[in-house]
Amino acid sequence: MFLINCPYCGERDQQEFKAGGEAHIERPKQPTELSDDEWAEYLFMRKNIKGVQFERWNHAHGCRKWFNMVRDTSNDEIKAIYKMGEKPPA
Amino acid sequence: MRNKYSIFSLIKNALSYHENWQRAWKDPTPKKEYDAVIVGGGGHGLATAYYLAKKHNMNNIAVVEKGWIGGGNTGRNTTIIRSNYLWDASAGLYDHALKIWEGLSQELNYNVMFSQRGVMNLAHNLQDVRDLKRRTHANRLNGIDAVYLSTEEVKKFCPIINTSPDIRYPVLGGTLQRRAGTARHDAVAWGYARGADAMGVDIIQNCEVKGIKRNGDSVEGIETTKGFIKTKKVGVVAAGHSSVIANMAGLRLPLESKPLQALVSEPVKPIIDTVVMSNAVHAYVSQSDKGELVIGAGTDDYVSYTQKGSHQIVEGTLNAILELYPIFSRMRMLRQWGGIVDICPDASPILSKTSIKGLYFNCGWGTGGFKATPGSGDLFAHTIANDEPHKLNAAFNLNRFVSGDLVDEHGAAAVAH
Repeated sequence: MFLINCPYCGERDQQEFKAGGEAHIERPKQPTELSDDEWAEYLFMRKNIKGVQFERWNHAHGCRKWFNMVRDTSNDEIKAIYKMGEKPPA
Repeated sequence: MRNKYSIFSLIKNALSYHENWQRAWKDPTPKKEYDAVIVGGGGHGLATAYYLAKKHNMNNIAVVEKGWIGGGNTGRNTTIIRSNYLWDASAGLYDHALKIWEGLSQELNYNVMFSQRGVMNLAHNLQDVRDLKRRTHANRLNGIDAVYLSTEEVKKFCPIINTSPDIRYPVLGGTLQRRAGTARHDAVAWGYARGADAMGVDIIQNCEVKGIKRNGDSVEGIETTKGFIKTKKVGVVAAGHSSVIANMAGLRLPLESKPLQALVSEPVKPIIDTVVMSNAVHAYVSQSDKGELVIGAGTDDYVSYTQKGSHQIVEGTLNAILELYPIFSRMRMLRQWGGIVDICPDASPILSKTSIKGLYFNCGWGTGGFKATPGSGDLFAHTIANDEPHKLNAAFNLNRFVSGDLVDEHGAAAVAH
């Protein structure tokens, strides 16, 4: 349990948010040309990092907007929050 | 030679104030090379080593564990054992385990306190009723004992449940698997460790894997905090940390690791003599032999390796528990903890070879791996020894995420994930 600084609403309790999983997984541009291996990679395979991970979150019980977060999954420390479409911090 | 535990050894050791019990397993330093190394000294890993030695004559093997054996999810789960899964593949896998549980204490000469007290799953709405009836039929077609109970029969089997029709989620019925129950989680790890050690398996604790050495597409050995260990076969049974180990070998797995919480109350006199689970409100409860209520809560929806979990998850579970069991309203909770569970997209495990020769993964057990411990060890040992899966775990291969042949037990497994 932790606080999340929503880029639109400010700091709120984590239970107002819904985790949306790994960020920056690009939707295939030509789905009809994908092999089964590539589909599996896109749909199911995840980095599941212990450490700094890039994720999507949704302020489900607030503004309902999506945004990105950089979080250390080994201690739940939030490193950065940035809006959809913005470049991830290095 | 290992001394056999018996009433006579108990009396003999009582006379010397229990100061002369033999060590149950050794504390060896790792050899330079093994025929196989199991990564992860939980119940599943130790069971794998035990069956590799016992059934496949692989005695020159080791189990490496980064902490102490049974200190991960083996010591953190709510000890429920059942096999009432919907799909044929799951029914085969989990009932194989249940059948081994039934003779495990005798086989290991170690009391794992397996108690077939029954597991009851409750229905709270019409869709639950339909799903549970369907699952009962599916179970019986697979030779697994299951009965459907009316609300009155639920009340009769477990009188402290509130079956009043005016609660928020009224009890409309339930299923019962009488062969299901609980076991002592630590004893399972200790029993398998003692059994494996007696057959020559090296159990190496405080030994963390830091890397997997490959030669092209084959495994050559593992880098650990106690040095390099050469081996051609590595079986990874690392639960929540499976992705971390996979990453060392350059593999990606379809897993997400999340905290799952459980809690126990202060000990009280016997009040509930079965296990009751409820999918819709996500609450399940049983009572340990010490008298504590053992309560399972849910997972958080974000990836985390913190072994903590969020407060509102516990709060939601306790709300449901109190509505179903008003008699617990003044119980105090004694301890709460989290374990990191590795969840597959289809909520079924992976017991599989990989694209790297000699590297095997046993993972993805998610929120319900304890029940499968003996069967998982047996089938994973078969897979490692023969380099081919047993027919009971063939469906649980890693390639199912490519072929699309998933074993979707999400809603069907009788409990939410």
